[in-house]
Amino acid sequence: MTSLLPIDTLLIAACAWLAIGLAGLVAPRNMRFVSKTLFPLGALVGVIVGLVALGSLGGPAQTAVLAIGLPDLPFHLRLDNLSAVFALLLGFVSVGISIFAAGYFRKGEGAAPGLMCLQYHFFLASMLMVLLADDAYAFMVAWETMALSSFFLVTTDHRHEEIRRAGFLYLLIAHIGAIAILLCFGVMTGGAGDYSFAGMRAQELSPFWASAAFLLALAGFGAKAGLVPLHVWLPEAHPAAPSPVSAMMSGVMLKTAIYGLLRVSFDLLHSTLWWWGVVALAIGLATALFGVLYSTVQNDMKRLLAYSSIENIGLIAVGIGLTLIFHAYRMETLAALAMTAVLYHCLAHSAFKSLLFLCTGSVLHATRERSLGKLGGLIHRMPWVAWLALAGVIASAGLPPLSGFVSEWLLLQSFLFSPGLPHPWLNMVVPVAAALVVLVAALAGFAMVKFYGIIFLGQMREPGLKDAHDAGTWEKFGLAWLALITLLLGILPSTVILRIDAATRQLLGTGLADKLDEQGWWMLAPISPERASYEPLIFLVTIAATLLLGRWLVRHLYHGRVRRTSAWDCGYYFQGPRAQDTAEGFSQPIRRIFEPMFRMQRHFPTARDSQPYYSVKVEDHFWYWLYLPVAGLAGRISTLIVTLQGGRIAVYLMYSFITLLILLLVARP
Amino acid sequence: MISISGLLGQAFAILLALVLAPLLSGWVGQCRAWLQSRTAPPLLLPYYQLQKLFHKDVVLAHGASSLFRAAPFVVFGCMVLACAIIPSLSTDLPLAPAADALALVGVFGLARIFISLAAMDVGTSFGSLGGRREMLVGFLAEPALLMVIFTLAMIAQSTSVATIVETLAHRELVIYPSLAFAGIAFTFVSFAENARVPVDNPATHLELTMIHEAMILEYSGRHLALIEWAASLKLYAYSCLGLALFFPWGIAPGDNFLALVAAIPLLLLKLAIGGAFLAGIETINAKMRIFRAPEFLGTAFMLAVLGLLVRLLLESRV
Repeated sequence: MTSLLPIDTLLIAACAWLAIGLAGLVAPRNMRFVSKTLFPLGALVGVIVGLVALGSLGGPAQTAVLAIGLPDLPFHLRLDNLSAVFALLLGFVSVGISIFAAGYFRKGEGAAPGLMCLQYHFFLASMLMVLLADDAYAFMVAWETMALSSFFLVTTDHRHEEIRRAGFLYLLIAHIGAIAILLCFGVMTGGAGDYSFAGMRAQELSPFWASAAFLLALAGFGAKAGLVPLHVWLPEAHPAAPSPVSAMMSGVMLKTAIYGLLRVSFDLLHSTLWWWGVVALAIGLATALFGVLYSTVQNDMKRLLAYSSIENIGLIAVGIGLTLIFHAYRMETLAALAMTAVLYHCLAHSAFKSLLFLCTGSVLHATRERSLGKLGGLIHRMPWVAWLALAGVIASAGLPPLSGFVSEWLLLQSFLFSPGLPHPWLNMVVPVAAALVVLVAALAGFAMVKFYGIIFLGQMREPGLKDAHDAGTWEKFGLAWLALITLLLGILPSTVILRIDAATRQLLGTGLADKLDEQGWWMLAPISPERASYEPLIFLVTIAATLLLGRWLVRHLYHGRVRRTSAWDCGYYFQGPRAQDTAEGFSQPIRRIFEPMFRMQRHFPTARDSQPYYSVKVEDHFWYWLYLPVAGLAGRISTLIVTLQGGRIAVYLMYSFITLLILLLVARP
Repeated sequence: MISISGLLGQAFAILLALVLAPLLSGWVGQCRAWLQSRTAPPLLLPYYQLQKLFHKDVVLAHGASSLFRAAPFVVFGCMVLACAIIPSLSTDLPLAPAADALALVGVFGLARIFISLAAMDVGTSFGSLGGRREMLVGFLAEPALLMVIFTLAMIAQSTSVATIVETLAHRELVIYPSLAFAGIAFTFVSFAENARVPVDNPATHLELTMIHEAMILEYSGRHLALIEWAASLKLYAYSCLGLALFFPWGIAPGDNFLALVAAIPLLLLKLAIGGAFLAGIETINAKMRIFRAPEFLGTAFMLAVLGLLVRLLLESRV
């Protein structure tokens, strides 16, 4: 018997996901069968995908041809190191989400569980196929399956009008993106008509057409990833979708877009122009700053996380921009550093953002509330969720010793080298851009303190919250799995980078592995230990040792007595839950300092009001500056076109006749 | 490589920080009192206070969670780590590779997040107000601090604090104009980060103007002691960092025992001058409104960027 190649195993895994999805239709209303059998099975397949991808990293690329597809274009599949890194991410993160979903979906909410199971597993399988596709046709089929299955997942609760609207917006922007991607593939074939990726790699495009392909890819994949200005679907779709779906979309699906962008710009196009990097860097910075500012002023916990995802995608785009710039100037070690930051941030973000989205799911189930203003004090009722969410919050704020900091550290390290760029002004502007990255990271800390503090800490803002219950066993396990990944990514950066370095090496021809191999596994020193080093494990151990030693000493030398009484609060008498900061109140400094960035409608109380109230509504400028004008224009054009369509068949026949005449006149042989 | 003397030096540096930090706070308080023609409190007052607080019972609010109880220890641990990696006496610190200057900013960020969350935990009006103001100061100060670090890291070609200090202390006498900008920006940032006038007032009695004090209103007993100690450690860490970066003379290179012994009185002298300077600035300035803080820290950021540009434009061509 021949041994099973990794690519075959992954194909079988994709088929297994499809089969699990179809099995959900056997007994669509049987909750026990669907959620307690099929979803854990899906998680098992996820483990296999993750392990196989991990094992195949560093090996040679494998190809396969499936006998389905177009007559002269069968599905080409290829598993190389770049696909493997993202398949690794898909596998391991989906494990946590699937296990969580096993405990999450309840009877009588939204669509039938069997249908959810079908869409969910088709979504998983299509994402895996996106990663494996090696020709434009297979890629687009998988890409569209991914968009459609996630559209149906978003609109699970389709009885609400706002959810249908969110779903429509998502579908619209997904298709604008898909058109751009399709055009990008068209440009990259260079007119040769060979739609396989191997054919595109062989093409030598002129700088003009290569740039066109890059910009189309940036627009197309950017629409899926949520780059400004095509980000508007994210904050609408995430609150609409059930939490495991939000987690899957934010954690994994956005990364497939990053995968596509990397695939096109570093693998399929082989000449790189420096200004591509500048464009990606500028858009990335704008996206990150926009995302983080809006995430700090949100009052809906899932919208807050959705904007935070936009921010993280922005940071990833910044990293891609830096990589492109370094790559264009053939500074390959530095390009490898920035590329490692990109890949690491993809891994880190997918784990911690899924974790946070799942936590909001548990909170939603326990309280039926998404609005921050009606939550509070849940750490007392939901200690598991609260403590696991803290891991996600610290990672998301980009703080050591968890995963978010590692990628941020790598990114800042690569910024530090940008003065070496042989370009008259780039070498001055780029280092200053690092300051914006730090501002974004610090603002992310603000948003995360708001998220965590308002939901889990303080007094309960509504009396009903007293009945909130902690997550069930399945949910706890899923959350703990993702928290564990976040922790491991945080404290073992060298080990992880040594594995994913194969992808960097494949795209850029050089990696960081040689440098990292010289040092211990606990130390992260990508260039040299004298230049910069970070040892998260020692970092963690030092803080933990001080903490425990301090606690022991204090108890031993003094005492551990505690008395409970009511809060002091400078002796103020009224200490009810309404005296605490509201979600709006917490973000007031941001609204004030960055006022021009928001479109705000505010109502302030005056002294004469008999029933004074304060309200603030923050909206996205892009709606009014871009989307509504474009929508209006599209409407006007449609009205003009309607006049052509009189509905009389004679008129239509005349149109055909005139067209034929014109063609005969123009298109002579 | 890690040597016995290095480890001993590391342990000594941490112990020295733990012992000296309250003294520095006491010294600043005393200088302030002198400058304001008040009778000065005893120099050792912070030690008496710590001793008193450790003996007292912890009085917890009913709504306090376990996070509230854990936060003082985490903050204290972060500050000890920060003091351990900042070269105060010698640049031979075995813990230094654990965290470079960027991770040092991360340590302070971690402590800030924990104390802000703890402030929101009990759910009082002043607590959450303090928490959000602290985060406000944090996100304004961090970019400025990082630009300062970037400027220094470009001079030293390294982000390791020990390497930066070694480069600056043992370079041939070259005057870097960028250091002047970076130094002023760093001073601004350290005032904001350590909750000093003009951004915050450590001795305030007016709740509405509080930032740091508002966050720790609900703490008592050993928790308060640890937070106060951590706050003085932070002041000590920032002072040592500033002294090491901008006045690095006298810090022992490697494990030279004599130089190490000589470094102790020099450090004390530098800290005494630095503390008096801090008290002087605090005396001649008034606390500003909270919404002037962005201007103050924006200035710091601009100065730091100027420093960076000066470095890139003028110095790297030499």
